[in-house]
Amino acid sequence: MIPEPSKPSRVYFFGTCLIDSFYPDAGLAAIRLIEREGVRVIFPADQSCCGQPAYNSGFPAEARAVARRQIQALREDIPVVVPSGSCAGMMKHHYPTLFAGDKDLPQAQAFSERVFEWSEFMARVLGAQYEDRGEPLRVTWHSSCHALREMRVIEHSKHLLRQLQNVELVELAAERECCGFGGTFSIKHPAISGAMVNDKVDDIQRTGAARVIAGDCGCLMNITGAADQRGLPFAGQHLAEFIWERINGG
Amino acid sequence: MAAESFEKNVDRALADAQLRKNFAFAMGNFILKRKAVFSDTEETERLRTLGNAIKQRALSRLPDLLVQLEAACTRNGIRVHWAETPAVANRIVLETIESHAGSRVVKGKSMVSEEMHLNAFLGTHGIEAVETDLGEFIIQLAGETPSHIIVPAIHKNKMQIAKIFHDKIPGAPYTEDVAELTAIARRTLRRKFYEAGIGLSGVNFAVAETGTLCLVENEGNGRLCTTVPPVHIAVMGLEKVVEKLDDLPPLLRLLTGSATGQLVTTYVNLITSPRRTGEKDGPTEVHLVILDNGRSRIYQDPELRQTLQCVRCGTCLNHCPVYTRIGGHAYGFVYPGPIGKILTPQVEGLEKAGELAFASSLCGACEEVCPVKIPIASLLRRLRDESYSGEPQGIVPGRGCKQNLAERLAWKSWAFLNTHPRLNRMVTSLLGMAGDYLPPAGPLERWMRYRTEPEFARKGLHRRAKEEGIADE
Amino acid sequence: MSEIARDRILARLRGAPRQEIPRLDVPAPAAAAPDRNARVARLKSLMETVRAEVHVLPAAEWIPRLKEVLGARGIKTLLYAPDTDLGSALAEAWQQDAAGLPELVAYAEPVESFKERLFAVDAAVTGAAGAVADTGALILRPTGAEPRLMSLVPPVHIAVLRADSVFPSLGDAMRAGRWAEDMPTNMLLISGPSKTADIELILAFGVHGPKELIVFVLE
Repeated sequence: MIPEPSKPSRVYFFGTCLIDSFYPDAGLAAIRLIEREGVRVIFPADQSCCGQPAYNSGFPAEARAVARRQIQALREDIPVVVPSGSCAGMMKHHYPTLFAGDKDLPQAQAFSERVFEWSEFMARVLGAQYEDRGEPLRVTWHSSCHALREMRVIEHSKHLLRQLQNVELVELAAERECCGFGGTFSIKHPAISGAMVNDKVDDIQRTGAARVIAGDCGCLMNITGAADQRGLPFAGQHLAEFIWERINGG
Repeated sequence: MAAESFEKNVDRALADAQLRKNFAFAMGNFILKRKAVFSDTEETERLRTLGNAIKQRALSRLPDLLVQLEAACTRNGIRVHWAETPAVANRIVLETIESHAGSRVVKGKSMVSEEMHLNAFLGTHGIEAVETDLGEFIIQLAGETPSHIIVPAIHKNKMQIAKIFHDKIPGAPYTEDVAELTAIARRTLRRKFYEAGIGLSGVNFAVAETGTLCLVENEGNGRLCTTVPPVHIAVMGLEKVVEKLDDLPPLLRLLTGSATGQLVTTYVNLITSPRRTGEKDGPTEVHLVILDNGRSRIYQDPELRQTLQCVRCGTCLNHCPVYTRIGGHAYGFVYPGPIGKILTPQVEGLEKAGELAFASSLCGACEEVCPVKIPIASLLRRLRDESYSGEPQGIVPGRGCKQNLAERLAWKSWAFLNTHPRLNRMVTSLLGMAGDYLPPAGPLERWMRYRTEPEFARKGLHRRAKEEGIADE
Repeated sequence: MSEIARDRILARLRGAPRQEIPRLDVPAPAAAAPDRNARVARLKSLMETVRAEVHVLPAAEWIPRLKEVLGARGIKTLLYAPDTDLGSALAEAWQQDAAGLPELVAYAEPVESFKERLFAVDAAVTGAAGAVADTGALILRPTGAEPRLMSLVPPVHIAVLRADSVFPSLGDAMRAGRWAEDMPTNMLLISGPSKTADIELILAFGVHGPKELIVFVLE
């Protein structure tokens, strides 16, 4: 039984490139929620992208160059909290593979051991408790593939979500199914990706939820983009942003 | 198969509502069945780890085990043949059949024989190999190829099958009743089993320790093919050999549970020799054709070698969101689904089949259920690397075939941007202001076929964090 | 020709990087092996789920029950193996009183001269060398006296086994029987009547193998 890590005094926050460009509010909410638990957050200006897009597309050398930069920017021996199962998975599980045979392998391995997905950090390490001050709302949850299968943090995400007393969580019929984003997959194979995201959108629509909550902004961008194109009424939100809104009465 | 024809296949498949309905139903069913038969998560994990260990060890000893298998089979009276290519394997089968001139041929289901395009080859020599597995029988009548490793006719519904039987089987009435359709198949094929002089089959596992061929099935046609005719010809890929008889129970449990959601198939058939003196039935002649077809090349690479662990259960297909939506034929090659995507580019080369390795979101659903823990997503990634690799030496044919200046520049620029933080922040700010005015061309155009344009935030997180006073060290 | 191919294939395989992978010890499951009654019950339950008909009864009662089963199905010809204990017992019972019973047909010659008869009989009765409880399957060990096609060709297969030959698992059966030391021509596991789900995943029975499997477990 792995012992629960003790609460650190400081952590790095790795925002991810998608949050930086498209969902900065989610990033800020995640940071504020960590601070709320009495932990100091460091957001190094030198961070950019975890490298996954190149890693998955057949360009490991470029991915490695970018990954090296992140490890350098986050070099102190403190936890690295990542608001994305996908990016956390990349850093935690794939950096060691990416650096196999490279001089920086020991550093990459040591780095990957410090990485936490945000909801796991909040639930397991900080034991965060929330009081819901929002109006009754029905939501549904989408499990990103990496959060589900690599980081295995879904139960932590749902644990946080279920603390919100006025939120009704209706689960998807095909919760475990990929939304079709897959990074460059959505660009290289648009028709298949389109079919997958539309099925996901239909599944969400059938729950009658006003919002789909997820821990990954790639998935959110994909799902809400498709829903918008079809003129469907539900919105999408990152878990951190949703929690922040709810505990502040929004 | 160039990228365009795969895309065309995909578009056609996605537009076929009946096909999508058939597959969505069938794959959903398989997923539930597998869950039910592997309900104890801890025990399932233990079994998968064991399956992986057995297969990895067998592969680590592959040449020795093949020699041991050949020796044991030969001692038992089974004649062993080796074939480097499908063409050679086909010739061996043909010559064996022709040495028993005039013999009718019945055939059990075998994916290796599909790899060989054996039926078509025999057909050009005037020999009809009658498929006896119900699914294979249906598609043979329809003139099609299998769309799934376990249930070859799954892309067809009852109405379509009723029509095929009515049109192609003399005297068969039109009926959509499954029991009646099954009875028609039984009646029609019974005569074939009775008259056949040659039975063809595949092999699920070949045990080196005892020289035993293990075949599993539910219908009984496999046993009929391998027991009634006086000659039995079995074909197998060289990776099917396992070390010991003891390895069979866990592998059978994994294969059967993963393939059909059963604890055990109706029949497990362990064949060790032809008919011995004093026995009254069984073939007097048994042949085993061991086929390479690129496997020994795949074997050269320890990482890619894991592809050869596959037991052909088909569960990766069942759990794949891509396969479920496009069906088996769209892939354009013998093996569809995740296993097809890692195997085919390695056998056929990246130029011909490399596109398959990119037709995946790397969701990992296949890996999660593979009974022998093949790291499919990692192997897909590896094949993508191979496609763009500038290194001259490599075992995957067609290495580097996708290299092009545009993508190379794109990724180099991306890497430059993401390793130069100040520049990155500047570009993010620019996009925040002007991103909405990007012309919908190239990647953006493809994104927007199914989605609205993503909105760049006016101020990125870097800027907001700074403004909010969050420390940067 | 095949020799050259063999050498080339083996040379390629031997030229590849070697990996040392030890045999993983197959750990026995922690739970104690179930007792005989539990094994028989599980076997019966699993086989009945796939439409086999299973009778568990004292050895003395099986032939009278067999006669009932045959009568209920209107079976006219019953294939049997005269040179087995089972076959002798049947022959004796029929000799004493064959009224209303099917004709016993002996599988006493090679299939080449027997095929037409074989494909025409209504049912066959064989022994079973044992059974496997955890997955619900019979173990058959065909011999010269009790050939392979008996359990495959006739539309009804009746199998007789002793309750004390029901093993907890296939691995147990293999180890207890030391199969690896001397494999016969053919060994079979049979878990029920022939079936398929190839058409829309709808289950249909009696495709090519027997439509019915009737099992007698003798205590």
